[in-house]
Amino acid sequence: MKLTNRSKVVSNKEQSFTERLYLPGIIKGMAITGSHLFKRRATVKYPDELRPIAAVYRGQHVLKRDENGAERCTACGLCAVACPAEAITMESAERKKGEEGLYREEKYAKTYEINMLRCIFCGLCEEACPKEAIFLTDRIVDTEYEREDFVYGKDKLVEKVDKRIDVSKRQTLEVAEFKKIPGLKHNEVWKGNKLK
Amino acid sequence: MLTVILVKLITCVIVFAISLGVAAYATLWERKFSALLQDRVGPDRAGPKGLLQPLADGGKMFFKEEIIPNVSNKFLFILGPSLFMITALMTGTVIPWGKDFTTANGTTYSFQITDINIGVLYLLGVVSIGVYGIMIGGWASNNKYALLGAIRSSSQMISYEIAMGISVIALVITAGGTLSLREIVGQQDAGWANIVYQPLGFLIFFVCALAETNRAPFDLPECEAELVGGYHTEYSSMKLGLFLFAEYINMFISSAVMSAFYFGGYNFPFAQELYHAMGLQDGSIWISIIGFGAFFTKIVIFICVFMWIRWTLPRFRYDQLMNLGWKILLPLSLLNLAITVGVEFLRGNLHF
Repeated sequence: MKLTNRSKVVSNKEQSFTERLYLPGIIKGMAITGSHLFKRRATVKYPDELRPIAAVYRGQHVLKRDENGAERCTACGLCAVACPAEAITMESAERKKGEEGLYREEKYAKTYEINMLRCIFCGLCEEACPKEAIFLTDRIVDTEYEREDFVYGKDKLVEKVDKRIDVSKRQTLEVAEFKKIPGLKHNEVWKGNKLK
Repeated sequence: MLTVILVKLITCVIVFAISLGVAAYATLWERKFSALLQDRVGPDRAGPKGLLQPLADGGKMFFKEEIIPNVSNKFLFILGPSLFMITALMTGTVIPWGKDFTTANGTTYSFQITDINIGVLYLLGVVSIGVYGIMIGGWASNNKYALLGAIRSSSQMISYEIAMGISVIALVITAGGTLSLREIVGQQDAGWANIVYQPLGFLIFFVCALAETNRAPFDLPECEAELVGGYHTEYSSMKLGLFLFAEYINMFISSAVMSAFYFGGYNFPFAQELYHAMGLQDGSIWISIIGFGAFFTKIVIFICVFMWIRWTLPRFRYDQLMNLGWKILLPLSLLNLAITVGVEFLRGNLHF
């Protein structure tokens, strides 16, 4: 059965005189390699120059804080349920008095871990989150030497108060509209914010 | 007398430095050129545009652990790479790098370390001693792969030296029966370059030069697919470096020899007209320097062709190598010699 047009019948017939001379073949081969001298290099010198990536690139996750600097995550576990790779685990805890500036809701995530080796960067956690807490960003997960180091805890996931991470590109209008449904009141902050 | 020695010493050092420098940058250019042929970028990290890469490579070689196998013959083990390197450097002595020049007070200096009247023979002799380096190194390693590589290398060199020698004889006959390299180059000064009279001879010489320098497609002695590393399997550190480095010096020297033999050395088309237009007198140092530049350009082109061939052609099989050497190149070179003798006899240049 013929699968491709590239197949060739092997022939054992004797080489012709020009073939035995080798020189025409050699010159032909050198012409081929020589022509490659003037072709475009495919190399991207990675750390120095970056390939352009999509505005909605799905890279390393971030756990957002609200405008007061309190963590948005309430440890509901919807992201963990939505995750097809089962990369997310968390433990919840109750907010104590005096911690209102740290956590927005009465319940918060004591630990929140994403295994970056399991994660397939599909973005379903982001879609599931009712609190606009988790987002995928255009950052690339660092390389590590040990497998354990790929399990990112809150220290790496929660954004720093003084170094906010812009996720407005991934916050599509449709999602924002959807989350404005009454009953999802906690999203009202967005009204006066970036999206109306 | 003292000044003569001093001048010769300085010339020696300059030729030495140029051979080593060219060899060092040939290693970089080899990697860069192969990258260009394969649509890659090549080394560009060490220094601007990767220009310090040879230094980095050399430094790495020096700081590697030096291993001398217990079962090896220690004296010969060290002698091997040294001999290979020494013979590679020795060949540079007879090559005329440029025209002689005369200073204001009438002394004439030459761009050549020494002009022996048997320069061609000396060259062939030293090149064939070079194989001893590989042979001794491979044997002293007490390793079967190294020994096989060494045997391959020596049989290959002996096979190809014959065809090379005969093609050189034909060249010498065309060049008027002189064995001095200076005269061979000087004789191409006025007329055509020898390639016009000896195209077949040049082709044979070129193929043999590839084989003599152990370059692809004749790099069977270090055929890594079959012989681990070939004759330098057991070598490490700078001794390995010497082997690898000497290969590039050999390449440089054989390029120089080919340009001197067949492409007129420091001569180039319309040289006299150019010197005349620039108003340079005979014996001016600028003529020597421009000639050296022309010679060097030819050498660089040859080195590029060497590399181009290496990164295009696959390696020969051993029986193919021997077939090519004995059944094709040897008869061809004899034919070339016969034709040359016939033509020169009819022209009345040969006397018995």
